[in-house]
Amino acid sequence: MTRLTVVFLHAKGFVGMVSGRSNEQWQDFWNMAPDVRRKSFEEALLSLDRMAARAALNLHNDEEGSLQFLEDIVVPALESIGKGWEEGRISLAQVYMAGRITEELMEELLPLKAAPHSGAEMAIAVLEDYHLLGKRLVCSVLRSAGFHVADYGRMNVDDLVQRVKSEKIRILLISTLMLPSALNVKAVRKGLTRAGADVKIVVGGAPFRFDDQLWLEVGADATASTASGAIHVVQGMWKELR
Amino acid sequence: MQRVLTTLSHEEPDRVPLFLALTMHGAKELGINIREYFSKPQNMVEGQLRLLSKYQQDFIYTFCYAPLEMEAWGAQVIYREDGPPNSGPPLLRKLEDIQGLKAPRVSETPCLLKVLKTIELLKSRVETDVPIVGVVISPFSLPIMQLGFDAYIELIYERPQLFWRLMELNKAFSIQWANAQLAAGATAICYFDPVSSPTIIPRDIYLKTGFEVAREAIRAIKGPTATHLASGRSLGILDDLAVTGTSMVGVSCEENLAELKRAASQKLTILGNLNGIEMRRWTPREAETQVKRAIAQAGPGGGFILGDNHGEIPWQVEEEVLFAIGDAVRKWGEYPLNWVKDER
Repeated sequence: MTRLTVVFLHAKGFVGMVSGRSNEQWQDFWNMAPDVRRKSFEEALLSLDRMAARAALNLHNDEEGSLQFLEDIVVPALESIGKGWEEGRISLAQVYMAGRITEELMEELLPLKAAPHSGAEMAIAVLEDYHLLGKRLVCSVLRSAGFHVADYGRMNVDDLVQRVKSEKIRILLISTLMLPSALNVKAVRKGLTRAGADVKIVVGGAPFRFDDQLWLEVGADATASTASGAIHVVQGMWKELR
Repeated sequence: MQRVLTTLSHEEPDRVPLFLALTMHGAKELGINIREYFSKPQNMVEGQLRLLSKYQQDFIYTFCYAPLEMEAWGAQVIYREDGPPNSGPPLLRKLEDIQGLKAPRVSETPCLLKVLKTIELLKSRVETDVPIVGVVISPFSLPIMQLGFDAYIELIYERPQLFWRLMELNKAFSIQWANAQLAAGATAICYFDPVSSPTIIPRDIYLKTGFEVAREAIRAIKGPTATHLASGRSLGILDDLAVTGTSMVGVSCEENLAELKRAASQKLTILGNLNGIEMRRWTPREAETQVKRAIAQAGPGGGFILGDNHGEIPWQVEEEVLFAIGDAVRKWGEYPLNWVKDER
């Protein structure tokens, strides 16, 4: 049993302790509970404990009967893991495994039709190279956060422009590992403009992390230094497009 | 050579050595495209010698491109006009394919023989004046290209038996490949091992996997090695890296050089950590500032070589920036580094 699971069970015990107590005490508990659950969920993900991760989500879902657990638990936990990676405390392998477990849980708990953000036309692609991990990470966290993302896989510039245009995509996420591929986002932007497509481009990947000006140079609308950082960016754009 | 050997002994040479990791750039010198450049040993020899003379650096680098070894295993390499050849789709479609995988023999593999010939010819030209650094992708990091990154992470966590089968194959190949380069005239081997970085894998898993693999592989390589984490962080595993038997570590621009130098505490020479991606838009003045910063942080006492943080400088970096880096290391890198003390 992990340390945070113990904390979580203590919190459950607190429910009994405060039974029959004042409304204020109940409020204190519920204010605290999502954070405890978020930590419990995060700890379970980092220790690859699927059952504990599921337990941390399920309880809240049952209680609330809504998708609030995405905002309260899933998104903050993934963001915290992403921040940990950015700061060098957590490895990419942990981020990947956490994303995979979360995605599996979401497939079980959150059927696509129920995805709260499924109305936005959004796609993700790897531009030119064969390094697909970044795309997969972003896909996992966005789907886990309730977004429906069309996965285009690996694309070259011309095919990507054509597909984005024909499928009326509004938010395009592009992942790259190699610098020349990152520089070619400029050609994607030019192609989309020429085609008259009104598309927001979000870029990510190593070249953009190592040069914080590069996303501006290639004509992107935003960048995110971690997969989970893409959640906030996309949330903002999604609201704008509604 | 003496400059490099002195700093590797953690003593101060005449000045900070400079390793500019220029690879495909030889094609520019010869006025040919990248594919043609890598097609003949004579091109690579001429290209490297021209780069050596032009930028006055302290090593010759026979690294061609990351997927060279995958080409030897039968995978596709994709050339482009504006950057290093890239790896094609992963060689193995599913993890079970590891069972039937066979490693290539260096002596029967044309793309590797081409590199060996390049080393031989370079050695005949520079003899022992300049160190020639060959490269192997570590057995622990090669699977990124063999399987794809996501499948490889799953292999490490979930299929230990298959993981170790792949490590045995890769280890045998990497050792064979490294020793062939040393026999051809390489002075040392750069052991590229990005997956071992805490940026990629947690230390507890590294100690059970990449660390053990590196310890065995490096022990079997019959010459000095430098471990390069290709932009990955190293601070959390510096002591472990030293135990693998490597003598140098290529470090990330995301970490503080002074902190790394202290942690290496005479066990490892530090190579780094100029940001190769940002370098593309540096001015000569910015290049000088960055060189000065790196030398101030890690130069005192030796045990430091100035280089980029990835082990491969992008094609797009302008010549004037590379010249400025060379000029700055000659201006600020001469020992004793009295100006560092004065500025503190």
